[in-house]
Amino acid sequence: MIARLAAQNRTVEVVGHGALRNAGRPSAADCVVTTSTLKGVTLYESTELVMSARSGTPLYTIESELAQKGQMLAFEPIDLGPAIGAPAGSLSIGGVFATNICGPRRVQSGSARDHLLGVRAVNGRGELFKSGGRVMKNVTGLDVARGLTGSWGTLAIMTEVTFKVVPLPQSILTLVYTGLPDDLAIELLTTAMGTPYEVSGAVHLPKASAARLQEPSLRGSRDSLTMIRLENFQASIEERKGKLKDALKVYGTPRELDAEASWRLWSEFRTLTVMPYSADTALWRISTSPSKGPEIVAAIQKNLAAVAVYDWSGGLIWLEVPAQADAGAADIRRAVAVRGGHATLIRAAPEVRASVEVFEPMKPELERLTRGIKTAFDPQALFNRGRMYATI
Amino acid sequence: MTSVKLPIPDANVIARRGAINDDLARLIGREALVTDEEGRRAYETDALTAYRRMPLVVALPRTTEDVAKVLRYCHDNNLKVVPRGAGTSLCGGALPAEDAVVVCISKMNRILEVDYANRFARVETGITNLAISARVAERGFFYAPDPSSQLACTLAGNLAMNSGGAHCLKYGVTTHNVLGAKMVLMDGTVVEIGGPYLESSGYDMLSLVIGSEGQLGIITEATVRIIKTAEGARPMMLGFSAPETAGECVAAIIAAGIIPVAIEYMDRPAIEVCEAYARAGYPLDVEALLIVEVEGSDAEIESLLAKIAAIAARFNPKRVEISADADHSARIWAGRKAAFGAIGRLSDYYCMDGTIPLGQLPYVLSRISQICAEHGLKAANIFHAGDGNLHPLILYDANKPEEAEKAEAAGAAILSLCVEVGGCLTGEHGVGIEKRDLMVAQFSATDLVVQMRIKSVFDPAWRLNSAKVFPLEASESLRSDTIARSPEAA
Ligand SMILES: Cc1cc2nc3c(=O)[nH]c(=O)nc-3n(C[C@H](O)[C@H](O)[C@H](O)COP(=O)(O)OP(=O)(O)OC[C@H]3O[C@@H](n4cnc5c(N)ncnc54)[C@H](O)[C@@H]3O)c2cc1C
Repeated sequence: MIARLAAQNRTVEVVGHGALRNAGRPSAADCVVTTSTLKGVTLYESTELVMSARSGTPLYTIESELAQKGQMLAFEPIDLGPAIGAPAGSLSIGGVFATNICGPRRVQSGSARDHLLGVRAVNGRGELFKSGGRVMKNVTGLDVARGLTGSWGTLAIMTEVTFKVVPLPQSILTLVYTGLPDDLAIELLTTAMGTPYEVSGAVHLPKASAARLQEPSLRGSRDSLTMIRLENFQASIEERKGKLKDALKVYGTPRELDAEASWRLWSEFRTLTVMPYSADTALWRISTSPSKGPEIVAAIQKNLAAVAVYDWSGGLIWLEVPAQADAGAADIRRAVAVRGGHATLIRAAPEVRASVEVFEPMKPELERLTRGIKTAFDPQALFNRGRMYATI
Repeated sequence: MTSVKLPIPDANVIARRGAINDDLARLIGREALVTDEEGRRAYETDALTAYRRMPLVVALPRTTEDVAKVLRYCHDNNLKVVPRGAGTSLCGGALPAEDAVVVCISKMNRILEVDYANRFARVETGITNLAISARVAERGFFYAPDPSSQLACTLAGNLAMNSGGAHCLKYGVTTHNVLGAKMVLMDGTVVEIGGPYLESSGYDMLSLVIGSEGQLGIITEATVRIIKTAEGARPMMLGFSAPETAGECVAAIIAAGIIPVAIEYMDRPAIEVCEAYARAGYPLDVEALLIVEVEGSDAEIESLLAKIAAIAARFNPKRVEISADADHSARIWAGRKAAFGAIGRLSDYYCMDGTIPLGQLPYVLSRISQICAEHGLKAANIFHAGDGNLHPLILYDANKPEEAEKAEAAGAAILSLCVEVGGCLTGEHGVGIEKRDLMVAQFSATDLVVQMRIKSVFDPAWRLNSAKVFPLEASESLRSDTIARSPEAA
């Protein structure tokens, strides 16, 4: 089919179930190709920690099948749907890998990209190819599979993905510190990440975003909340909790959330309930060194009324800003550029996403390679043309 | 071993050697070059020692700018380049060519920045793997990927090969532990990819570059993740009377939700040799031995090892032995770590590196002994059971050319077997020249073309490490046509 479209030089919008159509640059195409009919788990070997699924398989199908065997994905995908005005639960597994947008567990165990083992895909020339495989360790040839992650459907349409899975933790516990200013909170979180206790979530919500939490035990908070997640066997959690509290005692005495409350709390970050959709605001995602996070936010807040959520112990910032003009692009890019990192515009009106750079602008030498890779996969630029960069 | 075809060197280039040396000396200084025959001989092979080629000249640059100067010069003068780290590649990845400039980054070994709060280190890539961990050990941190060659191998080689180690079941391989890289392209352009943050923007160039075996550019700097060392670690040994039960036991441990840091498997020939050499206290009456290591505090370790012992009990183990103390742990690991050396004392061996699905282990092991027997050879098997990476060591006598040929043939058959059962040709050692022509067993022509187009984006004239990784026939039209090829004795 793609070969036929290529022969007709018809451009294609590549979508899963359309959960992410409102993110990235709007891309006008002659036709839409959806993977939503490519459904189903094609291989699941729980004792080998591996699963393969057709790319249009809904994320919730994958997760419920894994849960039946006491397992889960090795990373924590974020369902951006609700934050960009689409319903929750419409994300496909292909979309997860194509965008590689991952939540709290990233700090401890990596992102979608890290756990992708293999793909089958069709490129813009209509060629069906595979890369990687179903085994954990594989250095045979270039790692094209991982190279496709985060490419937003601009290089190839993945038809099947194979990925690593892990056992569900036996239990989970959250330590919640209250009232810390951003810089101290990030210091606390980076200290926690520097312990051997395998902290698997390190999130800080300043006052404004903390007030939006729905978890009953924290609802209506008037203070900032700084949260650390431990996941393990029960006895380990008990022991590590004590050691962590000790290592972090200068920051105060935390509240403890039990397993049930913790499940509810951390699943809120999976759908970004603290950054709900609104037409009046735009949403950015900033990646930086954790310690730089508070400085970046403070610099931006000098000019913009911004609400922040810090994940990855400060290394990932979700930032909500007023929707006017360039959605804060100039201020945000400047604040990030001088401190290192990059920013992506996730939510804004289509005309804004069409006029400002959605992804971090590239240096010329990297742009040359990016263009080359696009051409290698999709020489006629049929797939999601302009979705990431206006001219690629 | 002589079966791998290599390009015939370009006599015109060799004839220009003196002038090329002078040009390079003007660019980066005479002292940064190895031009004499004796000096160059030290670089004529890597750890796949059956193949040797005298390099045209060896450049030992000290800065990224010098690397860029050399590459730009080679680009402008149509010279081939072979990147090199410590030369411990087991697949001929760093094998020189008579008409190629070897660019060895081993003199670029400084640590540029260590940031404990943000948990990264920025280093020049000529640094050895172990030196990174040694530096950050003062604060109880380490760089996780730990290839057995870590004392000698460079980070550059690790990046190029996406190297793994005994502990990658828990901590991942190189690609999971690198955040950024500075790389010089063949035309001398310097690109920076990623940086000291968990995620970089745009296409995932790091994924393409890591594991690219020196095909895309020369990596001169990298930002790597450093991790706090676990409070403690302790192994246990489990001996079984059949490979099947050992495999089932591994599956059961994982099914119980336990992911140890390492699960190493040895078959009887490997056990016997290691025990004779290292006196590790291995049981000699078992067919399969597992070394399972867990990490944590003392209490955590004890409870985890007890859980594993209880699981193992369901499979009638012939031996269950939990390490009693640090000494005991060291002894248990000493045997495994000495495996290659110990086997090397008894016999020459050819080390294979396929990966297989765990469930296929018993079948694959029996096929391996069958394949070796058909070639009149024996094998010992070492297996990273947690992640399916199998190292059959084919024993042969290097003084008998016909045995070497047979070992190579048996090796090829074993790797094809790995692909057949759903695995791959190489789990950590890379393709190099050794598995180059076997790539067709794993990849279709299209799969290979998709990869080769990426190579062409970075290195359009195929000057970097050419005639490696991609089957010669597949890359024929892409490689510079001044390269003629024919079968040739090593
Ligand atoms: C005894 C022994 C044990 C080993 N154990 C393991 C193990 O446990 N796990 C494992 O994964 N491997 C292992 N290896 C294989 C080998 O050590 C690794 O592949 C290692 O990463 C090679 O590093 P090096 O510095 O020696 O690189 P080299 O051998 O010099 O080069 C390796 C490849 O990297 C390329 N290269 C070198 N420098 C650069 C650069 N700056 N930019 C781009 N490309 C470059 C070369 O062209 C070549 O293709 C072992 C080898 C030996 C001899």
